[in-house]
Order: sequence, then structure tokens, then C-alpha cells
Amino acid sequence: MALAGCEGIQSALDPAGPNADAIYRVTVVMTVGAVVIFALVLLLVLYATYRHPDRRPAVSTRLLIVGGGVVFPVVVLSALLAWGVWLTGALRVPPGNDAVRIEVVANMFWWDVRYLDEHGQARFATANEIAIPVGRPVEFTLGSRDVIHSFWVPNLAGKIDMIPGRVTRLRLQADRPGLYRGQCAEFCGPQHARMAFLVVALPEPQYAEWLENQREPARAPLQHQGREAFLAHGCASCHTVRGVSQAALLGPDLTHVASRAWIGAGTLANTPEQLVTWIAEGERVKPGRAMPSFGHLDRETLEALAAFLSELR
Amino acid sequence: MRARHEDLEPVWRTPPGIAALTGVNHTTVGLRYVVTGFAFFLIGGVLAMLMRSQLTFAGNTLLDHHQYNAAFTLHGTVMMFFFAVPILLGFSAYLVPKMVGARDLIFPRLSAFGYFCYLFGGLLLMSSVVYGEPPTGGWFMYTPLSSRPFTPDSGPDFWLLGVTFAEISAVAGAVELIATIFKGRVPGMTLARMPLFVWAILVTAFMIVFAFPPLILGSILLEVERAFGLPFYDAARGGDPILWQHLFWLFGHPEVYIIFLPAAGIVSTIIPTFARLPMIGYRWVVVALVATGFLSFGLWVHHMYAVDIPLVSLSFFSAASMAVVIPTGIQVFAWIATLWHGRPEVRAPLVFVMGFFFVFVLGGLTGVMVALVPFDWQAHDTHFVVAHLHYVLFGGMVFPLLAGLYYWLPLVSGKRLSDFGSRLVFWLVFVGFNLTFLPMHLTGLVGMPRRVYTYADGMGWDLLNFISTVGGFLTAAGIGAFLVDLALQGRFSRRARPNPWNAGTLEWAMPSPVPSYNFVSQPRVEDRDPLWRDPELGARQQRAEFYLGHAPVKRREMLVTGALSAEPEQVAILPGNTWVPLFAALFMGVFFVGVLAQVYAIAILGIVLAAGAFLAWAWKTPEGVGGERDMDAGLGARLPLHHTVARSPGWWGTAIVLFADAALYGSLIYAHLFLWTVSPSWPPPGYLDVGFALPAVALAILALSSVAVQWRQYGLAAALAVAAAVLQSYALAASGLAPGSHAYSAVVFMLWTVQAVHIAIAVAMALFTLRRRAAGYDEAQVPAVTRLFWHYMVAQWGAGFAVVHLFPFVAA
Repeated sequence: MALAGCEGIQSALDPAGPNADAIYRVTVVMTVGAVVIFALVLLLVLYATYRHPDRRPAVSTRLLIVGGGVVFPVVVLSALLAWGVWLTGALRVPPGNDAVRIEVVANMFWWDVRYLDEHGQARFATANEIAIPVGRPVEFTLGSRDVIHSFWVPNLAGKIDMIPGRVTRLRLQADRPGLYRGQCAEFCGPQHARMAFLVVALPEPQYAEWLENQREPARAPLQHQGREAFLAHGCASCHTVRGVSQAALLGPDLTHVASRAWIGAGTLANTPEQLVTWIAEGERVKPGRAMPSFGHLDRETLEALAAFLSELR
Repeated sequence: MRARHEDLEPVWRTPPGIAALTGVNHTTVGLRYVVTGFAFFLIGGVLAMLMRSQLTFAGNTLLDHHQYNAAFTLHGTVMMFFFAVPILLGFSAYLVPKMVGARDLIFPRLSAFGYFCYLFGGLLLMSSVVYGEPPTGGWFMYTPLSSRPFTPDSGPDFWLLGVTFAEISAVAGAVELIATIFKGRVPGMTLARMPLFVWAILVTAFMIVFAFPPLILGSILLEVERAFGLPFYDAARGGDPILWQHLFWLFGHPEVYIIFLPAAGIVSTIIPTFARLPMIGYRWVVVALVATGFLSFGLWVHHMYAVDIPLVSLSFFSAASMAVVIPTGIQVFAWIATLWHGRPEVRAPLVFVMGFFFVFVLGGLTGVMVALVPFDWQAHDTHFVVAHLHYVLFGGMVFPLLAGLYYWLPLVSGKRLSDFGSRLVFWLVFVGFNLTFLPMHLTGLVGMPRRVYTYADGMGWDLLNFISTVGGFLTAAGIGAFLVDLALQGRFSRRARPNPWNAGTLEWAMPSPVPSYNFVSQPRVEDRDPLWRDPELGARQQRAEFYLGHAPVKRREMLVTGALSAEPEQVAILPGNTWVPLFAALFMGVFFVGVLAQVYAIAILGIVLAAGAFLAWAWKTPEGVGGERDMDAGLGARLPLHHTVARSPGWWGTAIVLFADAALYGSLIYAHLFLWTVSPSWPPPGYLDVGFALPAVALAILALSSVAVQWRQYGLAAALAVAAAVLQSYALAASGLAPGSHAYSAVVFMLWTVQAVHIAIAVAMALFTLRRRAAGYDEAQVPAVTRLFWHYMVAQWGAGFAVVHLFPFVAA
């Protein structure tokens, strides 16, 4: 599989930014607390049941019921609630002006990504892979084109739903460079399981380079059998390749598809061989995806298409 | 002359053979529920094993995406709607009358009808598998995924119709149980002497009455949207998919406690028995049960923390979610106190209660964790939540259920229990369960979402999933061992003596296996644990020393007592075995199948036939025309028969149904107001220029009909109601109301349609009352029920009118 050896790239227990880190601390504190309380209650139950029948409790029943059932939970839960409410608010504070603004629109079963300028206008589009600069807050504006999905990169933040007819927001920040895997967390239909994406946290200079590259139209070879196949077999009616074809919205933007690690929203590694598989038998690999399989194309055309796409860095 | 078994049995028993389908006796119906519920448990378990097998290792291809999605959808649906709730209802139907000293549930035909609705609803749902179109949208059926554009096949229709059909049985069961608990307790059993199991069922039944209607309404709206295109949940036409989530969880969270409270009641019954001590903190536990009932309606949004809810609401629901820990904590510590002060004898049922403590307390603690909003943002929709909910539900329900099955088995079978088999079952299930679900907490935190049919290897999920699958099969082996144990004990065990556990509650005051009429005479009690106070009570009631112990026995008689005082008030003549409930449920089935097939002529035929069955049901009352109006109930009490009393059990039952009805209409009003709050303009420009005058006149006429009914002028009242309905319909039609064009007009259309159905029912009841009078019935019950329903119907449109016509008028 494409993702072998990726242990920990999609884990809430390996936080890589302040947002996920704050939740991680709550997790640790609550887990320890829960284990201690669990052990105490269970010991009490076992003692009460298996003690020598003549050993009666020294505490009154009222103290037991009121103390254990009312006072103790009220004290512990009030403290926990205060922490939780404060943290809930803190995690939702809108970031400052230096924040990177990215719009993600979910589709069955892929992610349409747009980088926004300061006026909220899209500067360019990409799909299924999101680069962010290390150390800067990022605000995601989230929506859906069909059913409800949920945006979740556990190493960086908690999740928020993406709802048709509504706009939701998520703030996060990465403190160390790396690859972080995200996945749709709201059941969204047949291929909910294969709706992943990648967040690539880059140091500021590399991020600037990446941004510069993505903004450019495709540097596609002009005389290429694959380019002609792309135009001739209708690929361009769903996929945009800026500089090659008109804007199309139904499928992922492929202008710089070769710069991405995966294809099919985390389904396959992005290699020419896998691209052939994806184009020719995608419906077998990911049944329920919108794109039909192009198995009727001959091997040469498929390989040319894959080669062409692999040039789009 | 005193009654004996030979006198009572022919009158009360369920006949053998095919005629057993006419049985209405609560012992028969309760056992049917339990057996059917257990069968669904096995079906749900097989689905679980299929899912666990698929997830054993990354990239497994045992199931494809469609099969896996169908498996988890059906697993959740079957376990919640067709196992947990019905089997607990079955337990209650079987036990509550015996525990309160009654001879039967107070509406026997309703129990039989409810059972058939449940069975047919389950068959309807499962038939989707045969037709190859099972629902695949999850047991929560979120819109818009379940709407027609994204799921054009019939899967969601099977789900919506099957579940709604079965929910009729839950509401019917709840009404039945509340009425029986209020009016059927033996003399002396005041509320403060009621067994805790009965308290738990009373609270649960009220929760069903208020919690199921939001889902029924939500399902009706979704089915209407799918079938006729009315856009309640369609964001493009003014609806909102989040409305479904609110309606679903408004039901869904109380549902968790609807499942847990009866189980807690079982624990509160078993612990005192084996601790040889009356329950300590009885009043605390009662308060805790009631508090849980109320609080559970304030928690639903904690299933929606990731939906972008305002901070104030998040904090409120987070606080409420934590507050519900307190009543649960009170119960846990009351159980501990009882064990600690008693002399516990660890027999099989108590072993399962120990398992319950272990699993449920852990589930409660992870529940506190997910109640904390930021943590939930990580854990939500991951395997952590799968682990949490199974700890709560399996721990909070299945362990007490197994404890209860072993505890009450001697009552059903009359056989003694061997401890060895049940302990083996316990250890298999206990170890298997924890092996399955304890690692799953971690699986979720290291990133594995729920409801994925496949996952990539190397994510750190492989070993955890493998362990869970092994544990799953161990649990399944435990359930298999339970069935074997049951069969062996049924075959080889020796006869049990009455009251084998030396329990204190009334169900053990009868011989085992229990007779169909429960009690030869209905005793008077003076204590919470009457058998501990008077161990001879069982023998005495069998010697017919108490109420209604006379012979000859001509009909099914049962004492009706004051809701609070528990003093004898009336004698109810209960109906005997009849085919009517079966046919009423079958005709309802015709309706549901018609809707499913979108052949609406069949649906209408089903409704007409069902209405006929209900009329026959209401007409054919056991007391008949003329005859006596009161009777000697024994111990010097001369009591009126129930049909001569205005506040008869039937009146109480109707009142409880109307609570459910109000919850249904209230949910529709909630939908209207919710869509208003999320909509930029409501009504949208150009809608409902209906004016105020015509609807106001219609309302006034309807109000007048209430006066007419109060004056017993049923014909006049019916005429007025029809006139009001025509006027209001005209007013809406004249405004050009197009239900399919916008969510606003769709909701207004529904508000009026539901009201029109109520008017039709009220008119039918008025004509029925007239016809009864003409046929010579001299009774107080039927007119009282008609008046009650009528006034409710008028009040309901008062609310509907305010929402449809007054609010926009005032807001503008």
C-alpha cells in the first residue's frame, strides 16, 4: 500500500502543534484520572462483596452515597468543566492577519483546496494535499458540495464537520515540519474509508517556493501524446490543468498533480504505474468514485497519459 | 366460594396451536418480546462478527464497501431498535404486572398489537437484505446522504419504515406500562413501596413517550422528502440537514438511558436479594432515576460537538453531560452501600452484576472524557467512541440483562439453576468483551475513524484490530455457551422450589412456572419487600385470601387502584384472546409496504383496513351492553366496573398517548422554529400571503366545537370541526401554498396536515360515541375519552395556529 511505514502520521497522541497539544494534555490528565477513579470504585465494589461477612463499614451509608455519588463528582467535574470550557473558547479564537487562509470544499470522496488571498479570493486551486508553513496559524474555511463530511488532521487539531449550505472554520498550526495525514471523519457514503488527504508542513522558505510553483500554470510539454490524449478523451471536462485546458470543477485540479504524494485522496502512491491503474481501473480500486474507468484505452495511450501527468510538477 | 387454579386457568390461558396468535396475556407477550429480541441480538452479533472479520487486517476483502456499510448500519439499527429496547420492554411486560401484584397489563390487546408491530417492523427492515437494497447510511441515517439524490435506492425507505413501524410498539408498550404502574398496583403498594425495577420502568416509559416522537416525526419528514420532494432537509430549498441531527439525537440520547435505566432497575433488584438486605438509599435511587430521565433530554447536542455549535450551547451541553454522572454515581454508591451492609452471597446473577460494575464504570468514565468538548473534537467518530459506547451499552445493558435472565429464569421454567455453566458464560463474555473493546480506545486515539470498511497498513492500527477481532469471537463464543447452558438447564435441571433466591418482591409470591393469571387473589402489601415481611404471602394468595379470589370465574378481572393512594377504586374487566391485534398490525404492515413500494393505493387500503380493525377493537369491549355496574371484590370492597367510571384506565391510557402526540406535534413546531433560526428570511419573500382573518375564524369555529363536545353535542361538534377544517384548508390553498418549493411551505403544510388527521380522528370518535349510545351502551368511559381527545385536538391547533399565523404576523 501507498502508506506503508506511516505509523503516527494520523494520531492524536503525537501532537505537532499547539491546538492538538492542548487537547493531548487534557487527554493525558483525564486518562490518568479515569484509571485512578476506576480502580478505587472497583476495589470498593470487590471489598464490599467479598469481605468477611462480619466486617461492616465504618462509614455511614449516607456519607457513602452523598460523598461518593454527589460531592466527589461535583468537585471533580466542576474543575474539569471549567478547564474544558476555557479550552473550547481558546481553541476557537480567530487568528490574526498573518494567518494563512485556505478554503477546502469536500466532495464524495476527495478534497477541493483553494488558497485565499487577504480578500478571501482564491489565488489557485489544488486537491487532496495541503502545504502549510511551520509556525504560522492557518485558518481553514470549510464547506461541502454534496453530503456532510468532517475535516480531521489529528496530529494538528480536532475535527469539524463540513456541511452543505453552511461554512465552518478550523484553526490550527504546525510547530514542526512533517507529513500529517488527515481523513474524513463523518460517514459520507461508499468510499468514506478512502477519503484521506495530506498536510505538508514546510519551513517558511520551502513553503514560499511551493506557493510560487503552485501559482504558476502547468509547465506541460507542448508536443506530447499524453497531452493530446488528455484533451481528446474528455479528461479536461472534469479536471483543470491551468495552461492546458479550460477551468473544470467536477474533479480535482491537476495543474501540479505530480507534486503530490498520493492520488485518489490517499488511495494510491503517485507513480506512473499507479496512475495507469487509477485511470484504467479506478472503479475497481475505489468503487463509487465519480470518475468512470478508462479501461477501453489502449496501453500506449494510458502510459502516455500517466507520463504526461507525471510531468506536471 | 374461593377460586382455584382450575377455575382461573381456562379463562386466562393462551390457547395452544395456531390460536396462540390470539394470545394477549402479558406473560405470553412478554416472553415473545424477549425471545424475538434475543433472536435479533444474535443477528446483530453475526453482523458484528462480519465487521470484525473484515477489519482483522489492513486491506481485507472479505466484505466490500457496500456489504460493510450495510453491516454496520444494520448492526446499530438492530441492536438499538430491535434488540435493546424491545427485549427490555419484554422484560417489563413480563415482570411489571407480577411485581406490582397485577393479573395482567391493563391493555392486553395493546401489548399483543405492539408485539406484532415490532415483529413486522423487524421483518420489513431485514427483508431489505433479501431485496439486495439494505440501508447503508448508518443507524443515524444522516441527511443529505440518506436523501433521494445521494441514496436513490430503497435502503433508507426500508430503514425509515421498518424502524417507525417498530417504534409504534415502543410507544404502545410505554403507554401500557405507565397505565399499569399507575392504576394496576395492588392495594397498599404506594409509590414509596414500589420495587425499584418498577420505578426504573416508569421513568423509562415516560422517556419513551417523549423521546420517540421526535425520531418518528423526523422519519416521517425524511420519508415525505424522499417520496414527495418536500424539502425539509435540503439546504438548497431552505431546509437544513442539521435539523435531522437535532431530531435524531433528541431521541438518540434519551435512548441511551431508555436502555440503561431498566438495566439499572435489574441491578437494584438483584443486589438486595443477594445481599439479603433491603436496598439502601431507596429514596436516593428513586430521585436519581427521575433526575436521569429529565437530564437525558438536555444532552443531545453532545453528539454534535463537531457541527460548529456556538460556545454558549457547547458549554451548556458539556455541563449537562457531566451533570448526568451524578445520579448515576448515586446509584453506584447505593449499590455499593447495600453490598457492604449486607451479607452478599455470590451466585450467578450477582457475578454478572460484578461484570456490570467493571464494564459500566469504565464506560461512564470515558463518557466524562467525551463530554469534554475539546477532547471530543479528537475522539468523535473514531474507534474511541465505538469503545466508549459499547462499554456503556454492553456493560450497562447486556451484563444486567444476562444477570436478569439467570435471575428470573426459574420463574419462567420452574427449573433450578446450576452455577457452573453461568460462570463459564460470564468469563467468556467478560474476557472477550474487554479484549475487543479495551484496545479500541487506543485504536481511535491513534487515528482510526469509525465506519471505514478498509484501512491502510502501517498506520499503527493492525495489531490493535487483530486483538479486537480475537476478542469479538471470544464474546460470540460466550453467547453461544449461554444458549447451550440454557438448553442444558432446561433439559436436565431439577425443579426449583418457589422463590428459590429468597427474594422479597411479589413476583416470587406465585408458583413457578407462573400461572397465566399470576395471582389467585390479589394481595394487599404493607412493605417494599412483602415476601420478607410475610414469607407466607405466596401461600395465602393461592388460598384466595385476598381480593378477587372468588369463584366461579367467568371473565378476566383485575383490581384498579388509585394512582397515588393505591387503594381499590374499580375492577377492570380485561378482554380475552382475540385476532384483532394481529390483523390491526397486519393492516398497518400493508400500509408500510404500500409506502415502501410507492403504490399509494395499497397504502391507503392498509390505512382503511387498519381503521376498521381499530373500530372493531374499540367496539368489542368485554363488559357488553347492560349487565352489572359494580361487584364485590372481596375483603369487603364493593367496586364499580371500569367502564362505568370516567377516569377509567382507558382515560389514563389516552392521556398518556396524548403526551406522546404532543411531543410529536411539538417536534414539528421545533422543526419550524429551528429552520426559522437558520434561515435568512422566514417566511421567505412571497410566501403565505394568507392574511390573518380566515384562519382566525377557522380557529374560533374549532374552539366552539370543544364547547359542543363538553355539552355532549357530538354531532354538532363534528359538524363544526369539519367546517373549520374546510375553511382552513381553503385559506391555505388560496394562498398558493406549494409544499415542494421551499422548506417553509413544506413545514406549514405538515403542521396543517397533521392537524387535519387529528380532526378526522376526533370526528370519528364523536360519531363512534353517538353510535355506542344509540346501541344502548350505558357507559362513562367512551364519552370521557372522546372529550379528552377532542379538547387536546383543539388545543393542538391553538399551538399550530400561533406558529403558522401568529408568529410571522407578530415578527413582521
